[in-house]
Amino acid sequence: MKRMGPRLEEKAARIGLWTLTLVTVAVLVFIIVFILRRGLPVLSLEFLTANPVDMGKSGGIFSTVVGTVALTILAILIAAPFGVGTAIFLTEYTWGGPVTRVIRFGAECLAGIPSIIFGLFGFILFVTKLKFGWSILSGGLTLAFMLLPTIIRTSEEAIKSVPPAYRQVSFSLGSTKWQTVTRVVLPSALSGIVTGVVLSVGRSIGETAATIFTAGSALRMPTSLFSSSRTMSVHFYILAREGISMSKAYGTAAILIIAILGINILTYYLMNRFIRKYSS
Amino acid sequence: MTDVAIEVRGFSQYIGDVRKIHALDLDVRRNEILGIIGPARSGKSTFLCALNRLNDLVRGSRHEGTIRIDGLDIYGPDVDVVGLRRRLGMVFATPVPLPRSIYENVAFGARRAGVRGMARLDGIVRDCLEKGGLWEEVKDRLDTSGLKLSGGQQQRLCLARILAVAPEFILLDEPTSGLDPISTMKIEESLRRLKKDYTIILVTNNTKQAARIADRTAFFLSGELVEVGPTAKIFTAPDDQRTDDYLRGRFG
Repeated sequence: MKRMGPRLEEKAARIGLWTLTLVTVAVLVFIIVFILRRGLPVLSLEFLTANPVDMGKSGGIFSTVVGTVALTILAILIAAPFGVGTAIFLTEYTWGGPVTRVIRFGAECLAGIPSIIFGLFGFILFVTKLKFGWSILSGGLTLAFMLLPTIIRTSEEAIKSVPPAYRQVSFSLGSTKWQTVTRVVLPSALSGIVTGVVLSVGRSIGETAATIFTAGSALRMPTSLFSSSRTMSVHFYILAREGISMSKAYGTAAILIIAILGINILTYYLMNRFIRKYSS
Repeated sequence: MTDVAIEVRGFSQYIGDVRKIHALDLDVRRNEILGIIGPARSGKSTFLCALNRLNDLVRGSRHEGTIRIDGLDIYGPDVDVVGLRRRLGMVFATPVPLPRSIYENVAFGARRAGVRGMARLDGIVRDCLEKGGLWEEVKDRLDTSGLKLSGGQQQRLCLARILAVAPEFILLDEPTSGLDPISTMKIEESLRRLKKDYTIILVTNNTKQAARIADRTAFFLSGELVEVGPTAKIFTAPDDQRTDDYLRGRFG
């Protein structure tokens, strides 16, 4: 086969990569526009603040918003400290021997498990064995398990990207290991760690399979950690699946998308301010 | 009798299977500048990191022999490593300001050592920046990031930063290898001034630098000490042929 000239090759690569990028972005935009065009007309203050009536055929989605927020906060409150702690331990407190590799491999395998399996696991362990029932507690714990691998992985990468020289400097200035980790390593790794946590928030808000088995699908306003609660994603699933109300389903989907976009944008804004303050 | 501050006896350092330093015997005298010269990979930097036990952070590091600082065996079982490192400030070849303000860079070590209170910290920061020869250039912008400074300023910041920990020894690992001649001159001036209060060990690739400011000079080769003596003698009438060869640029 005859080789292309370098100029032609460069041009072909450029056009090829452009096309790929364009298709990706186009699909993304299409999905968002598709949902928003059907969902936005349904949205109103009442839709957000009223509880569902008649299985969700009318009324709003307030109790599902509360359920989603409660589950997500609980999941992050559990997963973030455990995940970041594990990442710190793996990167700063071990030499990277076989034990570390086994833990890391385990975490990576966990990341590949379908969420519905986590749902089943949560159902068996928390809902039935530990008798938490279908509840925010069961759902939050299950979500936390599901998020752990991602948080560990992203935190580890963030911590590893902190220049080794920073640690040397910190130690040579008479810091303890703990001071080095908390005063030098973590601040430098923070933006990466927070990015991982925010991605996890997004996943947790959007998760359906794991929560339907563990938090249940009650439409009542949750009153405690032991209340069963329906998340927005589960609500959307049930509305669409059982043909209760497609317009309400799209409304819910629109809220989900806006919420996740909003969280991402806010985080990156805060992160940029943080980075500007500390590194330039 | 001269006052020996650091006494190294039969010290060998291994990283994994590699022997970086072999059976080193060396005395460092108080308030001198000891220059250490030698080609790359001759164990100069490893020696510095043995003194403040930074080698401990390297996987597979082990040693033989002893190093005594003021009589204290620094690899002894009860040694407080953090406290030890506070006694030996170290400046690295590449200036490494931490990603924080000039002020906080200098205050870092003092804060870790438990110094509290704005007034005290302010005083320490000013004093150290003055000793490091940087105060006049940065006094109006202590809040800007240390990363914004030029290379030479960053290195003087690093020097000021270790002074804030109130060390007795200053270890410098090729501190001017990446700097221009004027910045180099400023660092050397600071070192000459600091000599009266500190004991300084200066590892350098630039033999002329050792000739300019070291009181005594040691020549390392392949992890061994070839010879050590008054700088003038090492540079004019070395005992060992290899020292002479190195200084004349026949190898290294």
